[in-house]
Amino acid sequence: MSIDISETLAVERGSEPAPPVVRPRMSGRKWLREMGWRHLIGIAVVIFAAFPLVYVLSASLNPTGTLTGSNALFRSLSLENYVALFTDPNRPYAAWFANTMVIGLVTSVATVFLGALAAYAFSRLRFTGRRVGLLSLILVQMFPQLLAVVAIYLLLRGIGDVFPVLGLDSQIGIILVYLGGALGVNTYLMYGFFNTIPTSIDEAAKIDGAGHARIFFTIILRLVAPILAVVGLLSFIATTSEFVIASTLLSSNEKLTLAVGLFRLVSNETNTNYPVFAAGAVLAAIPVMALFLWLQKYIVGGLTAGAVK
Amino acid sequence: MTTTVPKDSKATRKRGIDAAPQSMKVLAVKILLLAIVDAVAVFAMTLLFFRGDWLVLGLVAVVTLLVNIVYLSPGLLPGKYLTPGLIFLAVFQVFVVVYSLYIAFTNYGDGHNSTKDDAISAIVLQNTQRVEGSPAYRVQVVEGPGGLGLLATSPEGEVLVGTQQQPLQPADPASVTLEGDRAVAVAGWTSLAQQDVLQRQQEVAALQVPLSDDLSDGFLRTTDARNAFVFQSVFVYDETAGTMTDTTTGTVYSDLGNGQFETADGDVLGTGWQIVVGPENFLYPLENPRFGGALFGVALWTFAFAILSVGLSFFLGLFLALTLNDPRMRSRKVYRVLAILPYAFPSFLSALVWLGLLNTEFGFINEVLFGSANIPWLTDPWLAKLSVVLVNVWLGFPYMFLVCMGALQSIPEEVTEAATVDGANAWQTFSGIKLPLLLVSTAPLLISSFAFNFNNFNTTYMLTRGGPRMEGVTENVGHTDLLITLVYKTAFEGGNRDYGLAAALSIIIFIIVAVVSAISFRQTRALEDLH
Repeated sequence: MSIDISETLAVERGSEPAPPVVRPRMSGRKWLREMGWRHLIGIAVVIFAAFPLVYVLSASLNPTGTLTGSNALFRSLSLENYVALFTDPNRPYAAWFANTMVIGLVTSVATVFLGALAAYAFSRLRFTGRRVGLLSLILVQMFPQLLAVVAIYLLLRGIGDVFPVLGLDSQIGIILVYLGGALGVNTYLMYGFFNTIPTSIDEAAKIDGAGHARIFFTIILRLVAPILAVVGLLSFIATTSEFVIASTLLSSNEKLTLAVGLFRLVSNETNTNYPVFAAGAVLAAIPVMALFLWLQKYIVGGLTAGAVK
Repeated sequence: MTTTVPKDSKATRKRGIDAAPQSMKVLAVKILLLAIVDAVAVFAMTLLFFRGDWLVLGLVAVVTLLVNIVYLSPGLLPGKYLTPGLIFLAVFQVFVVVYSLYIAFTNYGDGHNSTKDDAISAIVLQNTQRVEGSPAYRVQVVEGPGGLGLLATSPEGEVLVGTQQQPLQPADPASVTLEGDRAVAVAGWTSLAQQDVLQRQQEVAALQVPLSDDLSDGFLRTTDARNAFVFQSVFVYDETAGTMTDTTTGTVYSDLGNGQFETADGDVLGTGWQIVVGPENFLYPLENPRFGGALFGVALWTFAFAILSVGLSFFLGLFLALTLNDPRMRSRKVYRVLAILPYAFPSFLSALVWLGLLNTEFGFINEVLFGSANIPWLTDPWLAKLSVVLVNVWLGFPYMFLVCMGALQSIPEEVTEAATVDGANAWQTFSGIKLPLLLVSTAPLLISSFAFNFNNFNTTYMLTRGGPRMEGVTENVGHTDLLITLVYKTAFEGGNRDYGLAAALSIIIFIIVAVVSAISFRQTRALEDLH
């Protein structure tokens, strides 16, 4: 997944124009002509959009354990597949989930920190190479890391010969690789937000005798908290759904992330493994979707400013 | 990046910041962090020293020194804030690109994985045979810091110890424990009990301990962990001539500069080594017209896929935004929330969900919607293309829907009112005024969406793995392959991994992305100027 950004963090746009206060009721026929087709399209789209998700939910609750059986939607319900998910050592779902969380959290926290440091430098300090630096960051973010996946794999294989903890099949190794993308994608977004914090705040603190580190850590970081949250969230989502690099670097079953583990599970023998996969997918999706729907208005507002899924 | 302090009024201000008293706590944290970094670096350098990786050692040393200078000297403020991120950026984003370029000019891949010396010892080691009538050594499997080894008692009663890397050497008789006439333990090594040996059977069976520094003297190998025999390689390497001779047939293989041992009639030994081959990987598609044609098809499809995905999701999204955003519709919020569900669903799961729905034999679409038909949604070349685009539109239209809704709302009412006053009908207002305004405001998003879909690995790979496979092409190229999935498949799938060719392909993607970005950057500038 790639996240593209623009300079400003969009605040929620005024959602809809206020409805007219008094609305004369339409006649049935007029309603059909002007509104009815809109509802038909609405219903068709909702089916297209939501059906696959309903299907997964139904498949996850189906006790027959095959894809064929899942076609009878919600005919019989059981939690068998969810139990199977956590009891079969051949598919260590709990470990995959934990790995994904650890890799996602560490990467996003570190990304936020590295990005904020760099954004502070670009926003507040004046130095030779500043403009070039900013431009190169825009340039770098046009080339996603996955294009160099072959080189990344060989580089980590080489590193692993010397330091096995940082090499292939290591979670520290993959986090380090993800951090290579920390500056490219997020600094510009943060830079724009840092610029909206008036420099007079820094000046005042400086007069009061605060050093640069104190200004950064205790004053600026608090003021830019919203953008830190946004970048953290975007980075977390991007990291947890990353597949290419994770699937080349991680190999042993208990070290996989959800994306790689579930892919390997369902792409082999789709028919027999699908219901268990469906259970795993539902569990993985619930927190994400809950978060999304909860933050919906902010995300929807921010979208027009340019986050791409 | 240069970090010199400019000599203007700001310089004075900066000195002012640094001169501010640093609290002891901050200083302590700083020194602690630096100490950790230095400790790790010194540890790394020690390991590198023993391996003799001088180049990497030098780099680590220089970087560590720079980090210390940046954080210990009073100035260099930008450096203090930029260094951590820049190090990661330099290694895992910039260096890997340069490294890709290098790999693209080598024959790196299966059979060409390492150096010539490694290849020679691998060929020698992999082709050993028991020397007829060689005497039995009584052995004990031991483990030391260098891995598994053998403690061997020669037929003459001499006790020797060695590992795969370290040839047999006489053991100090004083430190050896004998059991009968067989040495069973020696100081500095742990003897493996019988059940440990059983557990690590494969490792033990693969263990070959050289008799001396000269590999042609032979090796000790054991099958039962009690008796070992002398094995000698079928292949003998002649250092002066640089040739490898198969002693059973007498065939002489020599290095003809292709990174492998080969005979004049084209017989090649499987294990070769890595060399720079020049532009060979880039010329490969031209020299192999079938692969070249397939690659051209893949490149075309990559563009088609990206354009179709963006175009179709945009128009579906726009259509929905126009249809469902009528303020008279009371339930429009419900429709909206339900329609953007695919966007909220984790994207790495979406393709896998559709994998089940589209399954030929058991999938819901064939079984229920088409009455048990066996429509090959994912295995027919054209249907697979259709399916991949369909799934990608499913993933992408909610985003476009939201974007278009936002953009439409930001068009001022007065504009449309003015058009109505001038006598334009609804369609004219839309096509002549709203659509152009909408395109201007969404153009950057459409471009970045195109760039994303151009390398949209997940949807394609998870759904079809790039398949169905193209016929008549030896390489594993499929009808729905994108350039990026082809890179992945060339490098990591199948029996013959070819990193060199894969890296060359990824360089081609780099160039395409760069060109497209440059053009679109100019175009958006033109659009901005227009505004």
